Amino acid sequence: MEVGLMQRQWVDYTKSLFLEDFLDSQFIELQKLQDEGNPDFIVEVVSLFFEDSERLLNDLTAAFDQPDVDFQKVDGHVHQLKGSSSSIGAQRVKNVCIAMRSFCEEQNIDGCLRCLQQLKQETCLVKNKLENLFRMEQQIVAAGGSIPSTELIF
Amino acid sequence: MDLGHMKGSIPTPTPTPTSISARKATDMSSDQFPAGLRVLVVDDDPTCLKILEKMLQNCCYAVTKCNRAEIALSMLRENKNGFDIVLSDVHMPDMDGFKLLEQVGLEMDLPVIMMSADDGKNVVMKGVIHGACDYLIKPVRIEALRNLWQHVVRKRKTEWKDLEQSGSVDEGDREQNLSEGANYSSSAYEGSWNSSKRRRDAEEEPEERDDTSTLKKPRVVWSVELHQQFVAAVNQLGIDKAVPKKILELMNVPGLTRENVASHLQKYRLYLRRLSGVSPHQSNLNNSFINPQDPPFGSMGSFNGIDLQTLSVTGQLSPQSLAALQATGLRRPTAKSGISMALDQNNIFSFENPKLRFVEDQTQHLNNSKPVNLFHGIPTKMEPKQLANIQHPSVQPQGNINMQLNIKSEHGGTQLMHLSQQQTIGQTLGNSPASHLPRISSTLRKPIISGSVMRGNGTADNSHRPGYNLVSPTSVMVNYPMSQTTELSNNYSLQSNSSVSTLNCKGMFQEEISSDLKVSGGLMSSYDVFSDLPLQKSHDWDSQNVSTLAFGTFHHGNFIQDSFDISSSTLIHHGFPSSQTNGQNQNSSVVGKTVFSFSDSTQPENPQNIFQNSLLDPVEVKSQRIPDANYQTDLLSEDFGQDELLGVFIKQQQQGDNGSVDFSGYQTENICV
Repeated sequence: MEVGLMQRQWVDYTKSLFLEDFLDSQFIELQKLQDEGNPDFIVEVVSLFFEDSERLLNDLTAAFDQPDVDFQKVDGHVHQLKGSSSSIGAQRVKNVCIAMRSFCEEQNIDGCLRCLQQLKQETCLVKNKLENLFRMEQQIVAAGGSIPSTELIF
Repeated sequence: MDLGHMKGSIPTPTPTPTSISARKATDMSSDQFPAGLRVLVVDDDPTCLKILEKMLQNCCYAVTKCNRAEIALSMLRENKNGFDIVLSDVHMPDMDGFKLLEQVGLEMDLPVIMMSADDGKNVVMKGVIHGACDYLIKPVRIEALRNLWQHVVRKRKTEWKDLEQSGSVDEGDREQNLSEGANYSSSAYEGSWNSSKRRRDAEEEPEERDDTSTLKKPRVVWSVELHQQFVAAVNQLGIDKAVPKKILELMNVPGLTRENVASHLQKYRLYLRRLSGVSPHQSNLNNSFINPQDPPFGSMGSFNGIDLQTLSVTGQLSPQSLAALQATGLRRPTAKSGISMALDQNNIFSFENPKLRFVEDQTQHLNNSKPVNLFHGIPTKMEPKQLANIQHPSVQPQGNINMQLNIKSEHGGTQLMHLSQQQTIGQTLGNSPASHLPRISSTLRKPIISGSVMRGNGTADNSHRPGYNLVSPTSVMVNYPMSQTTELSNNYSLQSNSSVSTLNCKGMFQEEISSDLKVSGGLMSSYDVFSDLPLQKSHDWDSQNVSTLAFGTFHHGNFIQDSFDISSSTLIHHGFPSSQTNGQNQNSSVVGKTVFSFSDSTQPENPQNIFQNSLLDPVEVKSQRIPDANYQTDLLSEDFGQDELLGVFIKQQQQGDNGSVDFSGYQTENICV
């Protein structure tokens, strides 16, 4: 596949991610941070996020498996997930976290469990999306092309 | 020196920052500043931590990452000068971010920026209260980090300033205030007044400072109009159902906050309580008060009516209202003059009498009668009565004193007196509710003033100063002393308060006021505030005098101030506000503070300042200030809990020896009759 085509595909894919709220402007900020000195910055950060989120989701699942749900603890986990997802720009994940927090306040177990399910789904989704994106980027670079600036897309 | 990557956490190789930071490690003032700023970032979230680190590096800062608060603390301790600024997350598993914030502030005195995904007002407020220099909401953008250096510079600047002034800036102000107050007082009364005032100021200064500096709020001057609106709203809602939020809505005044209304409401409630709690008279505030005492001043009657209304209203008035009233009183020379005139006549006489009475018996009535007369002249006839009834004989003397003082002072005097009385009382009481009283008085005063004007005590002109007002305030003030105008009252007491207090207070405040409070005692009665305060002891005073007293106090405050030189007025101010604002404990400080603030509308926060101002400008300035000061109560109230004030007051009252009215303390001479 020629580079131009790959780049166009990359652009389209990136646009769709933003339009579908998988990512938000914070992701663009992260991309700005990446430079020649740190070419893998985004990949590293995103990887960190998924590691952390997996851990948090496991903790959350375990918390709801308890006979007495410790909502304070649950809230703490959700809060953390909210913080990290918002830091990388994973908007959908963040939104579910916000919804889950209000369920926590109400101590609504059903609501929380639904949100937890959603969190797992959304995290999985955005992970896949980003993996695709990175793969495309790798291919472009491998083909000698450069990755267009996300800012210019919008 | 650490390049920013030292200790512990993952050092990040950043060539540029490193070299720069190395150079700059020691002094930030190189031309590349803020590059090389040594930042310690603490966050348990690895994603955020990495992102922040990268962002900070992009800002050319020397970054050190840390994911545990304890590790961060140990790093900071090991190298006290190793970092310039700390960035910390709020929610961390091992230690609360706020705790870390406090520790760093205490041990290293570094600027700390808090971060969180939580942007709730409460959390942000918590950060502010714990001393965070800033609060960033996650996700943090690099733009927010770029200006991080400003906090470092600001902090250093403050430190230098402190050093230069041999102490904190606040202290400087404080000292200034004190000295000014001292100066002022010396002109009026010397010795004890000054010293006590100074002492009190010094004591209260820290409190005030803490209170005000933490929550500096723009002072709300409760003008008569505003107060009327407030009262109307409260009446509409029903005193029981009147909650600040609804009142605020009803009032629909732009710029008025719920807190303002809340503190005002508190004062007002105290006032009302005082009015109703003291005696049957109270229930009528309006005329019953005045009438019983046969006002020597014909005009009093009319005033009384006003007072009563005011008083009744004041039940719900917050100190602010009172302040407003006072302000009104102060600002309306005509009104005052009438009053002052009345006062003059009465004061002179009453002053003497009350004193005697006070000493002799605790029956306020006796004292009241005399003072009452004085007050009669003043719209707040009730006040004198109240004072007498409510407080102890001491109360009365106060009233009288105030009156006399009022007479002397031109507009301001009344209020000043009022204030000072309050203050003294308040101060004496300490943070007792007395402070509330002063405020109330001021509010009350206002009506009085208008009353006087209407009545025309005679001179509607400014020159006369609402003597009438003074009278009432005095009485109020007397009670007020309990409220502890703290600093203010102290001042006042020095001049007038002390004299007054000694005279009146004895009976009234006894406990606390002893000197200053006495005056406030009078105030207290008129105020509900007082009722909460120890003043309650002097119920009769409260019931009846509450209203009048309040007014009287106000006026007196002003008066006294004029006559005594600002110091008294200051006291009044202070006393007043404080009583209103804080419950009781803070009274002394609060009162002082409040007063100051009121007296000096420009200086809301620092009671001291206010005090100074009032002290400095005994005349006009003070008088005008007082109202402000009084209304400062919201400042106070916000700073201090009204309950505290009241508590203090009450405590003071209890502590004091109600029976002992010692006029001797009061410097009659000072009164300048």
